Amino acid sequence: MTAPAMRVRASRRFGDCVALADAALEVAAGTVHALCGENGAGKSTLMRVVYGLERADRGELELGERIDLARHGVAQAQARGVGMVHQHGMLVPTLTLADNAALGHEPVRGGRYDRAAAARALVAAAARLGQRLDPDALAGDLTVGEQQRAELAMVAARATRLLILDEPTALLAPREVDALFAMVRAFADGGGAVVLVTHKLDEVMAVADEVTVLRAGRTVASWSAEVTAAEIARAMIGGEPPPPATRAPTPAADAAIALAIEGVAAPGPRGGGAVDVTLRVAAGEVVGVAGVEGNGQRELALAVAGLAPVARGAVAVGGVDVTRATVAARRALGLAHVPEDRHLHGLVQGASVADNVALGRLAEVGRGPLIDRAAVATLTTQLLAAHDVRPADPAARAGALSGGNQQKLVVARELDRPGLRAVLAVHPTRGVDLAASARIHARLRDVAAAGAAVLLIAADLDELLALCHRVVVMHRGALAGELAGAALAAPDARARLGAWMVGATP
Amino acid sequence: MTGFVASLITLGFLAQVLRIAIPYVLAALGGTLSERAGVIDLALEAKLLMGAFAAAVLGYETGSIAVGIAGAAAAGVAVAAIQALWSVRLGADQVVTGIALNLGAFGFTRYFLGVRYGQGANSPRFDGVGTGVLTNPITWIAAALVALVVVGLWQTRLGLRVRAVGERPDAVAAAGVSVARVRWAAVLIGGAIAGVGGAQLSLPVDGFVAEASGGRGYVALAAVIMSGWRPGRAALWCLAFGLADAVQYRMQTHGVGLPAELTRLLPYVLALVLLAVWPRRVAPPRALGQPD
Repeated sequence: MTAPAMRVRASRRFGDCVALADAALEVAAGTVHALCGENGAGKSTLMRVVYGLERADRGELELGERIDLARHGVAQAQARGVGMVHQHGMLVPTLTLADNAALGHEPVRGGRYDRAAAARALVAAAARLGQRLDPDALAGDLTVGEQQRAELAMVAARATRLLILDEPTALLAPREVDALFAMVRAFADGGGAVVLVTHKLDEVMAVADEVTVLRAGRTVASWSAEVTAAEIARAMIGGEPPPPATRAPTPAADAAIALAIEGVAAPGPRGGGAVDVTLRVAAGEVVGVAGVEGNGQRELALAVAGLAPVARGAVAVGGVDVTRATVAARRALGLAHVPEDRHLHGLVQGASVADNVALGRLAEVGRGPLIDRAAVATLTTQLLAAHDVRPADPAARAGALSGGNQQKLVVARELDRPGLRAVLAVHPTRGVDLAASARIHARLRDVAAAGAAVLLIAADLDELLALCHRVVVMHRGALAGELAGAALAAPDARARLGAWMVGATP
Repeated sequence: MTGFVASLITLGFLAQVLRIAIPYVLAALGGTLSERAGVIDLALEAKLLMGAFAAAVLGYETGSIAVGIAGAAAAGVAVAAIQALWSVRLGADQVVTGIALNLGAFGFTRYFLGVRYGQGANSPRFDGVGTGVLTNPITWIAAALVALVVVGLWQTRLGLRVRAVGERPDAVAAAGVSVARVRWAAVLIGGAIAGVGGAQLSLPVDGFVAEASGGRGYVALAAVIMSGWRPGRAALWCLAFGLADAVQYRMQTHGVGLPAELTRLLPYVLALVLLAVWPRRVAPPRALGQPD
């Protein structure tokens, strides 16, 4: 048997947190190897160790031959033919694609940086993957999908041994995912090894030859033969996966409109944003907003929540116009917001769990200018128990909770309250483990069944298809298409939504 | 009044503008490099002051203008090295570091003058470069440096890395390039350039006067910001400040009826007004002020 393209074993702690506990991975040349695990399992950290971006406390690495981890760095990894495409992209937005590609390996002619040579090299590298790109385009002017394809071409041009892709599909439309996997396959068929870091099982089944699962920093399973998605899921969670999400009962045709967005325009800080969005959500209805990130979903959500101004159009909650209303006034009318960024808008990380509950529920626990601490304690204890937030300690610092528990806390505070009329949930399960995701899905379903309107903005089509009565697609700030009822259950639903996401007509 | 206006339309006035603008121009070039690399350059004032001081002291002690100018560059590098040690290596707050260096430079120069020459406010007079513009080597050095920084930033390997590191240091690290090394290089080179700018504050007037920088470092930083962190434009803005400064000198010498205390404020007021009204179309380097 030939030596593997890469073999690693590493341990790493960050303070009290164990990121890697002797995690191991072995990848053969010519194969696509999926590295799976829940968020926080250590997948990215392990790959960053291999790529030389992260130090290992202890461990060993082989890239054709034994590597001294103490002297390992990005330059050394690159010299051994390792390339990595990072989860959030590593392009400098103010530089051209050619400049980005050249960074660290700049061709020089006559003492000067040879921009033309860098551009030619990038175009050639892209062509080998069947892509065409403009080397003189500023990276920041491209869509995330275009940026990622360009980055893949740059990295693949240098990576001869091992190509690492960290959650590459998070920001892509289904069609773009197919194109990406075709490139990955071509790279492996050419004799290179690929590590695909992911937590999406359908991707694993679609493209991987081998699978390794990490849980809490340890390698818990590895398969090179046939394996089912259910087996992988069990290994990732360390138990039985939660039952799939279900849809709330379809609301009556004459249900009142609880959340109305009428011709709303909300520009983003760097242009873009929502252009002209009209969306009416009836009481008891769950409406999903799909789309590739950066197509105005964020700006629309902030405008509905009252965190950013509405440039044109109107927003109404329960029939009351709130276009210019404060966040507090919207909450008083029964609007709940599970924000995209729980660090920025969801929780005060440095404050206690109880204080975070109090902040969102001042109307209930406030007594004039004072706060009724006893009421806060009662409410917090009750929310923590009812929503399985762990640890169930009102005095714990919110930032010390795991991502999943933080999100459960936000959802508990926002959704479990009297007078709830409309819910705006933005990527509510992002970065959240499967068990917590299942609870959040069930919670959204329950509040809709109890008569609240739910507007769910999410990137995950499976999540939207499972929960929503109706799904719209945002593209370049406007609604590009809509599927409802039976059309959502049809086998071509994903393909149709995916086409709208990239601006095509299905 | 007509005498004042007529005095503005002379070659002598143009020369005066250039002479006054040079410290601003060189400080702004140095500041552009540091800030492009992501390090807030509030220490320009200290670099100018230490440059002026080193040029005068070394010029006087060795009798060599060349040694004076080289000493000015070295003094700028010394200030920049402390700045980089705190800002890049130790991750200290860059604004506080810059202010501390400026205050320290004021105190150090006065202390050294007192200990070495027995007086706190002046260095001994010697034959400097004179008030001529074309005969002053610093004029030519400054012109060359404007071109070098523009070419260097856009057409060299280091320039590309400097521009990248101020925006996405994580991307630079992921490309296998040391973020700290690029920042050190940018800050030290910028320090040398700003230090030479300081020489122009002492060599043409044959000696160093305490607090000779007089806030020019801050005005130069304003020029950097108004230029959108582009060295050529920053140099042009500095010429405008030099013009304002030259005009206020002429107002004093021709007695236009305003108290000198007021006219002296002209370049600073101009900087303030321009900062307020000039449209900010260019975003600052995204990683400006953030240690690694």
